[in-house]
Amino acid sequence: MTTDVPGRTVRGGDGAGGQIRARRPHGPMRRSEARAGLLLISPTLIIVLVVVVVPILWTVLLAFQRVRLLNLRSANIFDPLTLDNIRTVLESDDFVPSLMTTLAYSVFGTGLAIVIGLVAALALRGAFRGRTFVRAAMLLPYVAPVVAVTFVWRTMLNPQFGVANELGVNVFGWDAPIAFLSERSAEVSILGLDVGVPVALMTVIAFEAWRSFPFAFLFLTARLQAAPATLEEAARVDGATPTQRFRYIVLPQLMPTIAVLAVLRFIWTFNSFDDIYLLTGGGAGTEVISVRVFNFLTARGDIGLASAQALVLAVILAVVVGLYLRRFARREEVAG
Amino acid sequence: MSDVASPPTRADATARAVYGARPRRPYSRDTVETRLFRVLRWVVIAALLLVTLFPFYYMVLLSVRSLDELLRDPGALLVSPGEWDLSTYSEVLRPASDGGQGFLRFMANSAMVALGTVFLTLLIALPGAYAVSRLRFFGHRQISGLFLAVYLFPSILLAVPLFVFFSRVGLRGELVGLLLVYVSQIVAVAIYMLRNYFDTIPVSLEEAAAIDGCSRLGVMWRISLPLAMPAIMANALFVFMIAWNEFLFALLFLVEDRESWTVSLGLSQLSGSIEVPTTVLMAGSVIITLPIIIVFLATERLLVGGLTAGAEKG
Repeated sequence: MTTDVPGRTVRGGDGAGGQIRARRPHGPMRRSEARAGLLLISPTLIIVLVVVVVPILWTVLLAFQRVRLLNLRSANIFDPLTLDNIRTVLESDDFVPSLMTTLAYSVFGTGLAIVIGLVAALALRGAFRGRTFVRAAMLLPYVAPVVAVTFVWRTMLNPQFGVANELGVNVFGWDAPIAFLSERSAEVSILGLDVGVPVALMTVIAFEAWRSFPFAFLFLTARLQAAPATLEEAARVDGATPTQRFRYIVLPQLMPTIAVLAVLRFIWTFNSFDDIYLLTGGGAGTEVISVRVFNFLTARGDIGLASAQALVLAVILAVVVGLYLRRFARREEVAG
Repeated sequence: MSDVASPPTRADATARAVYGARPRRPYSRDTVETRLFRVLRWVVIAALLLVTLFPFYYMVLLSVRSLDELLRDPGALLVSPGEWDLSTYSEVLRPASDGGQGFLRFMANSAMVALGTVFLTLLIALPGAYAVSRLRFFGHRQISGLFLAVYLFPSILLAVPLFVFFSRVGLRGELVGLLLVYVSQIVAVAIYMLRNYFDTIPVSLEEAAAIDGCSRLGVMWRISLPLAMPAIMANALFVFMIAWNEFLFALLFLVEDRESWTVSLGLSQLSGSIEVPTTVLMAGSVIITLPIIIVFLATERLLVGGLTAGAEKG
């Protein structure tokens, strides 16, 4: 499709010079416009095709082949197909716990990030001196290099010399330092009941919320700025209290943005690898699926297994997001 | 709405009947809430500032303390300027052969990859964004959707085949391979951001130039590009930040050769070993975070506008 475009477009470019946007539906101007458009977009299409689309298709193929890092040289794309990799992935004892961890991490990470982002957007809604500075500060966790911030968090939470445990033991009177990132679960007594709390998982969820709430904050702030003040003014005149104005005037206007944020953040958190790999390395009950893919690939050198696991991840994600979108779309229909 | 509003209204029913629509009692729900939120708002702002800024403060703080002091008094949150120990910075920057950690080298690598990514991405995305915004061609509506799909795909799914492919063609361990991957990942977002900006430039300006005898390329070069400069700058800095921060592909492709590590990879690899003191690595963290914060503060307004351009419509 793209290879024959350049030659043709040189002709088209000469002839079309005068017209930027043809108003007529057909004719030579329109055709030359189409050629120029394809020519200009073709570098993008080529690189996306070669470095994104083809590799994705290749993953699907690799997932059904027996390929290891050691026999990579002799492997080729016509190797016999097998279901072994998929079976190994699905029957593995760690698969279901890992999937649950991934789901918990994505759902709570997304939810917390959106709630904090919403609170921040509302708190910074009214103007005050220094608001620009506060807004910029809110965005720092999101833009800073993930390696640097995970390192700082790891140091802060370090049981030996981290500031969190130092404060906890000396100021809040904890019995002993907490190994936030390496303790799988701790017994905490709430109202006399001993409850097992997944410490490391909660810590990485907190980190995820800290790091990604600025994204929600940014979009909700933009949406809030577009909300007309007259509606709230009218509600205030009618005697609606601040919470009522939020519940019945502001929140309904924000709902579409929140829904989009929920989908985007869920997808990104579900796929995210960096944060957990850098914080815990996938230990202490935080092994999400993307970390498993990485371990299959590098530690075990099993390319087929890694591909199969990545494919399973993508399929589960597609199903979850598809279900959510269908439900959401239906609710919209009812509302409309 | 009526069910939530009812408790206070019932209580105020008589007051209303006498004094009109708005109750003026000192402790109505409205006054209580208004006062509560006026206070709560500042509490929330203070808490948010503390939570977002403290880790960065802690990073700088630890980078100027010596390891012995840190171990002796881990809770100290203030260090007077007289006690600053800046030797950590020179140690982290010195090359490994000179007893340091070689961050200067990592920074050069990262800068090369990031600048290369910026240049290539713009080279590819600018014509693409212009075409999507201005020209009607087969599939120009579908293309944005396709790119969005690409953007949402798990990067770990790409990691396996790219790892295999680059291993076989011998590009693994080369910065060029990394560059290609970054460009392919970012180009979709870049086109999205740039297209939004092109859409805001009036077509009439371009038409005027065309009538004066400018060719299509001439129009792009002389009219559209200069007008889109703010968006192009913002985009360039956005791409720079992504490429500078990226970790997964750097880890997969470059981990074997220390000479070609990027800053992210360097910091993560060194922080896994026990030999390098935490304070020295904190200095490294400050050094790799600083360029990003400078770039971000310089362009915050542009970036925020570009990123959220589509958000108002929900």
